[in-house]
Amino acid sequence: MSPDKKDNTISLLVVDDELSVRDSLTKWFKEDGYKVDSAADATEALKKLKPGVFDIIFLDIKLPGMDGMELQQRIKSIDSSATIIMITAYASVDTAVKSLKEGAYDYVTKPVDPDYLSHLVTNVIKQRRLLSENLQLKERIQELYEIDQIIGQSPSMLKVFDLIKAVAPTDTTVMIRGESGTGKELIARAIHSNSSRRFFPIITVNCGGLTEGLTESEFFGHEKGAFTGALYRRKGKLEMADGGTVFLDEVGNIDPKTQTDLLRVIETKQFTRVGGDDVIKVDFRLICATNRDLELAVKEGIFREDLYYRLNVFSISIPPLRERRSDIPILANYFLKKLTDAMNKPVTSFSLDAMELLKGYDWPGNVRELRNAIERSVVVASGPSITADQLPIPRVSKSMPQDQSMESVEKAHIKNILEQTGWNITRASEALGIDRTTLYNKIEKYGLRK
Amino acid sequence: MNIYILPLRFSDSQLLADLASTLSHAFKLPVALLDAPFSLKEGYDPVRNQYNSTWILSRILDLAPLEDCKILGVTGVDLYVPVLTFVFGEAQLQGKAAVVSSFRLRDELYGLPKNPERLKERLEKEAIHELGHTFGLVHSREPNCVMFTSTYAEEIDFKSKDFCSACSVFLDNKKS
Repeated sequence: MSPDKKDNTISLLVVDDELSVRDSLTKWFKEDGYKVDSAADATEALKKLKPGVFDIIFLDIKLPGMDGMELQQRIKSIDSSATIIMITAYASVDTAVKSLKEGAYDYVTKPVDPDYLSHLVTNVIKQRRLLSENLQLKERIQELYEIDQIIGQSPSMLKVFDLIKAVAPTDTTVMIRGESGTGKELIARAIHSNSSRRFFPIITVNCGGLTEGLTESEFFGHEKGAFTGALYRRKGKLEMADGGTVFLDEVGNIDPKTQTDLLRVIETKQFTRVGGDDVIKVDFRLICATNRDLELAVKEGIFREDLYYRLNVFSISIPPLRERRSDIPILANYFLKKLTDAMNKPVTSFSLDAMELLKGYDWPGNVRELRNAIERSVVVASGPSITADQLPIPRVSKSMPQDQSMESVEKAHIKNILEQTGWNITRASEALGIDRTTLYNKIEKYGLRK
Repeated sequence: MNIYILPLRFSDSQLLADLASTLSHAFKLPVALLDAPFSLKEGYDPVRNQYNSTWILSRILDLAPLEDCKILGVTGVDLYVPVLTFVFGEAQLQGKAAVVSSFRLRDELYGLPKNPERLKERLEKEAIHELGHTFGLVHSREPNCVMFTSTYAEEIDFKSKDFCSACSVFLDNKKS
């Protein structure tokens, strides 16, 4: 139950100076299948105690050296999640009340009735499981809200948000298009978490990472013995998503046979597991993503045309980062805050030249590349500001055109400024040092469009 | 492998014979009575008026034959371990020795009429349970399984003498 433990076995610690008590309780609880350790005194107990290692600690009040009451407080400061049960041969109302006020779950007197002890431990485990599930639910709900906060204020991203708001409440199949690293999965999760299916799972299938042999089993699951290595029955991703959303990432990479099977499932909402006969009915909403030119793939016969029309019902295109440079400072500061919080580093800003470098770079890896670059720079940063030399990107902007003629350079520069200002003509003309009419003429001349 | 029953101040020979038959059926192993002198005196706690089952286990091990076997001490005295008010029995987890007591399995202890049939059933279940521990079985979550934990006498009546499928598989693997 502790998130730090590698398995789910309940782990107990018995702290008592009497060997017979330690042995008896250890044996009693081991017979219940629990992991048990013991300590004869506070010193030994504190050596064994680490956060998340023990679920329940039985603590004798009368110990040599540091007594059980003081040890109780020390334990709470090291691992506040451990449940403490005080045990003693000397019943005292004062110590009972004090230990309970200090956070002990219960206080029992030796010898303990076995039925009472058994129910006590069962109740503790039930309570800890409830607390753990509650915490996980809260974290998931928090995650849902955070996903909704996709970063972007540029006109092109605002359009994407409008599309998400429009399509999310429906059950319409969505095709998300965008280069690698633009946040396609984030968009898919935002659609899901704003839909009526948000209380059911969203299951992601990375179609790009599947080999032909594994794809069928990944989608539809398999029965025991369906093929070599199929030791157990396994649910496929479509079945796991029942009631929720299936997100097919890199859908353009699905092999022809699976395209056929997928088309059948979309049309009939049922399938059989590999090696099985039982018909499985499913209900899910489909969101797909691709960075391929699907239309070209259809023309070349690589992607089925009928499947294409089934998937391409509602399309959302995410612009690459270089086409929404005004979002770069916001994204950069967002990642900086998140990463410095996680790493506990006091880095709070970018220097002017660092920010110019960030804005000027083309980011072929898009937002993912930006995040990675900032993460690296936070690691190496030595002061409160990230400087240009700490960024793992080339200083010479790649947006300089190959053609170095005056016209090409002017065109590229005007385009850059327009994007940075969100195509605000007044601000762009001020930044360029020309009047509005001249700017309009240059936009026409170079065929620049938003 | 053999299972030996060691009577410890337990004189009901019919009950012992029935127990031997039941254990043989449950574990599919030969069961025999072990005749060995054994004094419980040192394990007695006059304050509690009970006998220390852990001490009894250590004495059983002293007497145990060298062969690979399991020994179940059967007694009519009340057993305890220091931290608990009583135990129905105790066993070495994945060890050689176990002990079970009929003392708290008797209905007359709880003010009810004597019920020899129920006593026999309870003793057999707890004997199988404790011997199960010597094979490495821990408590089962299946309420019907003989390895389900019982902390009061009536609870023993709810479970069967049989192992659940998980315990059966575990036991078969251990024996082989």
